[in-house]
Amino acid sequence: MSMIKAIVFLPLLASMLAGMLAFVKCGSDKHKKHKIDMYAQWITSAALLVAMVLSWIVFSQVGLHGETYTVTVLHWIQSGDLDLNWALKVDTLTAVMLVVVCTVSAMVHVYSVGYMHHDPDVPRFMSYLSLFTFFMLMLVTADNLVQMFFGWEGVGLASYLLIGFWYNKPSANAAAIKAFVVNRVGDFGFALGIFATFVMFGTVNLDTIFANAGTMADAQISIFSGQFHAITVICLLLFIGAMGKSAQLGLHTWLPDAMEGPTPVSALIHAATMVTAGVFMVSRMSPLFEYSDFALQVVTVVGASTAIFAATIGCTQFDIKRVIAYSTCSQLGYMFFAIGVSAYQAAIFHLMTHAFFKALLFLGAGSVIHAMSDEQDMRKMGGTWKLIPVTYSLMWIGSLALAGVWPFAGYFSKDTILEAAYGAHTGVGNYAFWMGITAAFLTAFYSWRLIIMTFHGTPRADEKTMAHVHESPKVMILPLLLLAAGACGAGWIGYEWFVGHGAAHFWGNSILVLESHPALENAHHVPGWVKLLPLVVGGAGIALAYLMYMFVPSLPGLVVSAIKPIHTFVFNKWYFDELYDAVFVKPAFLIGRGLWKVGDQAIIDGLGPNGVAQATQDTAEKASVLQTGYLYHYAFAMLVGVVLMVVWYMYIAG
Amino acid sequence: MADLPILSLLIFLPLAGAGFILTINGDDEIAQNNARKTALWASTITFILSLWLWFKFDNSTADFQFVENVDWIPTFNISYHLGIDGISVLFVLLTTVLTPVCILASWRSIQDRVKEYMIAFLILETMMIGMFAALDIVIFYIFFEAVLIPMFLIIGVWGGQRRVYASYKLFLYTLLGSVLMLLAILVMYNQAGTTDIPTLMTTRFDPSLQIWLWLAFFASFAVKVPMWPVHTWLPDAHVEAPTAGSVILAGMLLKFGGYGFIRFSLPMFPDASVYFTPLIYSLSIVAVIYTSLVALVQNDMKKLIAYSSIAHMGFVTAGTFSLTMQGVEGAIFQMLSHGVVSAALFLCVGVIYDRLHTREIAAYGGLVHKMPAYALVFMLFMMASVGLPGTGGFVGEFLVLVGLFKANTWVAAFAATGVVLGAAYMLYLYRRVVFGALEKEEVKKMLDMSRREWAVFAPLIILTLWMGVYPMSFLDMMHVSVDNLLGQVQLALDASNSALVAGQ
Repeated sequence: MSMIKAIVFLPLLASMLAGMLAFVKCGSDKHKKHKIDMYAQWITSAALLVAMVLSWIVFSQVGLHGETYTVTVLHWIQSGDLDLNWALKVDTLTAVMLVVVCTVSAMVHVYSVGYMHHDPDVPRFMSYLSLFTFFMLMLVTADNLVQMFFGWEGVGLASYLLIGFWYNKPSANAAAIKAFVVNRVGDFGFALGIFATFVMFGTVNLDTIFANAGTMADAQISIFSGQFHAITVICLLLFIGAMGKSAQLGLHTWLPDAMEGPTPVSALIHAATMVTAGVFMVSRMSPLFEYSDFALQVVTVVGASTAIFAATIGCTQFDIKRVIAYSTCSQLGYMFFAIGVSAYQAAIFHLMTHAFFKALLFLGAGSVIHAMSDEQDMRKMGGTWKLIPVTYSLMWIGSLALAGVWPFAGYFSKDTILEAAYGAHTGVGNYAFWMGITAAFLTAFYSWRLIIMTFHGTPRADEKTMAHVHESPKVMILPLLLLAAGACGAGWIGYEWFVGHGAAHFWGNSILVLESHPALENAHHVPGWVKLLPLVVGGAGIALAYLMYMFVPSLPGLVVSAIKPIHTFVFNKWYFDELYDAVFVKPAFLIGRGLWKVGDQAIIDGLGPNGVAQATQDTAEKASVLQTGYLYHYAFAMLVGVVLMVVWYMYIAG
Repeated sequence: MADLPILSLLIFLPLAGAGFILTINGDDEIAQNNARKTALWASTITFILSLWLWFKFDNSTADFQFVENVDWIPTFNISYHLGIDGISVLFVLLTTVLTPVCILASWRSIQDRVKEYMIAFLILETMMIGMFAALDIVIFYIFFEAVLIPMFLIIGVWGGQRRVYASYKLFLYTLLGSVLMLLAILVMYNQAGTTDIPTLMTTRFDPSLQIWLWLAFFASFAVKVPMWPVHTWLPDAHVEAPTAGSVILAGMLLKFGGYGFIRFSLPMFPDASVYFTPLIYSLSIVAVIYTSLVALVQNDMKKLIAYSSIAHMGFVTAGTFSLTMQGVEGAIFQMLSHGVVSAALFLCVGVIYDRLHTREIAAYGGLVHKMPAYALVFMLFMMASVGLPGTGGFVGEFLVLVGLFKANTWVAAFAATGVVLGAAYMLYLYRRVVFGALEKEEVKKMLDMSRREWAVFAPLIILTLWMGVYPMSFLDMMHVSVDNLLGQVQLALDASNSALVAGQ
């Protein structure tokens, strides 16, 4: 029981301590600074490693032996019938997330010791990383929607701070704001979803909501001057939140820009954990989503469309981190369409394997960037595989897992998702299946495009950079090895628990799937070609990448010029940024300026106070003409006044 | 000790301090320092005394507590009647917290007429506590209006370049509303034969008369809140006011309107309140969206935060008239947290204004390099302002939105867009001021926060986090009173409904 408290609050404590260290003034004392940095690294990494080990223990207790419990920490908010606590809820779904978050976070902490050691702000960086972990853990252990929202916004804050970590760079600052604000748009939906849930269920407590979900299956809600199916409305609103956090089509624009942050951040937040919060949240809410087929269909379509959309962009980008970022976006799409066909278990399974291999890919990319003296453009790389063989082989492992090649982790989880989509036997399920297959082809293609451009061919960097290329230090390689072990083994180890025969026992009550949604069950009985197809397209994608980038290097140019308009459209990321800029950002500033200058100043002030003041002044000026200063003028005026008064008195009053 | 006239003590202690400062002779450095110290002592003792309210307040009753009642003008049935309930107690405490903070914040930045400045602040405190504690509408009116005088002087004497314009604008706007309120008070006295607030709360005014009374009070409160479109005095007043003036303006003065709606409009004119709810909703939504957009394009830090205050107060007015438990409690909580957070934001501006003497956002940039501690404090309050869960800003906004969603989903959805816009303008401000490369020569010379400045912020930091993590301390104090208030309103509405049915 107290173990879960330790897991959640150790990172917070570590973050505060490291944060205080950030304020120790070192001046030009290099030795002292080095020591302070080391303390910060030790404190945070040690806290996270302890949390990681504890999370494994909790996982075995909860996942394998079925103990679930909730620990109340503090009363939080009570007003009228709204009543909620700070509480930590532990069940299998949480336990899986605990393992993923703590393990990847611990590895990223250790890796950062090496990666950031030149940086002048090491304690601040470590503090932010631990702070992020704390918020993420609060999110996954939430026992009510509002606490989940706390973690949700908290990770958003940490993400904002870390994307803008290098605050000298204007692009980093812009990306940080964009991430926060776009997420806020999603949170707008999430918040309304919470309100709607509260109005319908009279509580925001998850257990109570789930217990009553069945009885509310046909309930109606009056919202926006209409009557709608309550659970559908709630689910769609919550899903808007999930779309923001998990960068789904429409609200994805912040994720590629978030690559402005240091690479360990991209690995931890923008690949393994925070961006999967949406997937977690929707899975957590499975007892509601199950009762709304329409909401599930929306989730499927959005997920499948994101999977293909992001994959197309991934094929055209040159920045190594952006390629992986779009890949993340695309993989999140897979997870969502798995949820859409009610294969939540498969989604969480893929979330877990993806966390390992995507963190591996990002950190590997970081290793490459580190070796190439901070170069991120793949057009300026190449010919390095012999110089950094360990990084090279780790990138291979990550890519094999991502492309879903047997027996790497991605094979198990991704194929299960595709089979479940097929097994759903619905229109949207088929759409998702074919989009998923196409995206699998593109995934393999862009992964090997990345490997070949980065490591093979003639070196395209200048000589100084090439002479400097070196393998990363042990402190960076060791965490990569552990993640690589996950990328290799997590699939076949986890398969039976997550989606195989042991699944029912493993998940317990943490996920609800109605009998009318047998997609995951059907996934085990699909025709042979469905099982084989992902492997075939994966192989084809790899082969095509080799053909285009290794054997016939002139081919990419020919292809690009052959499909020029399409390529331009895709290369420019389907012009989402330009569209949003024109539709939202620019008008907001324009309207704001208009309301200020015209609304406030010209109309309200002009007619109001200033107008009245002007009128008063005009009158006063006219009145002042009467003041001549000659005594006889005044005497005359007085006389007229007296006469008028006497007349009035005699005629009217009298 | 049971009948210690604690409220009178709180009201008159700052006044006594002001009187004491008057006796200080001379205008040299020593005299100035004595004036500062006296003011700080007086306000600190007032604060410590006010803790008596915090510890002795009985959460389980909706009755007025710490009541004092002395006949004042028996001919007109006017009495010196004081008392607080769960709605007003926290405002009194907020006042006693913010005043010493203000005095400490003005320690160095005010060098001219220090004595008079300190006197003005102490009198201001007297007026504010008096207003929240008044249980006679005449006493209330006197304090409510008298607050304007020290505020007018603080802006007009110690303000910036356009201080005279700003102070007259403030004065005229608020006075215009007040005159109408005075008329309404006379009518109410005429009808009920008393000026006693608890009695008036149970008096049933004729619904058609309520409409007029409600409008008269609305004219006064709407200006104070301020609600769109009578808000334009606020940005000017803030821009010209000295830092501590802005703190009181944003922290306390704006709450008069919200408090007035809850104390007077809802219980005394329930039918009119329901009748005018659509009006309040519309104006609140306009305020939230309109001022958020305007805040986005400001070049002046204080103006930006002033506009954000108007947007935040839009939540308060909307929540109040949702007539739900969450809405009203959220509105009160939002006022309290906004009192702390906006005060802190103006102090944040003050810290760098004291160093560079400009409020132009463009004059700054890259402060984080030289002022990391300041950057952290500013970050905390910025996040509280955008309603990050875990800070005080979240709880109020969240409760208001829950209440609104129950009452009207459209209003809730429109108001919630303010949360998105709020993030945009605050982060944009922060980025331009704090982040970026350190390029400007003047900015390179700026020093991080001094010990005195830390002392100014420390109580506000503690309060912001406390209100976010364990808001129950505050919510518990208001539950019974708010519940009782809403019960009364409902009762009155039911009564007039049945009268309507009987009439048909």
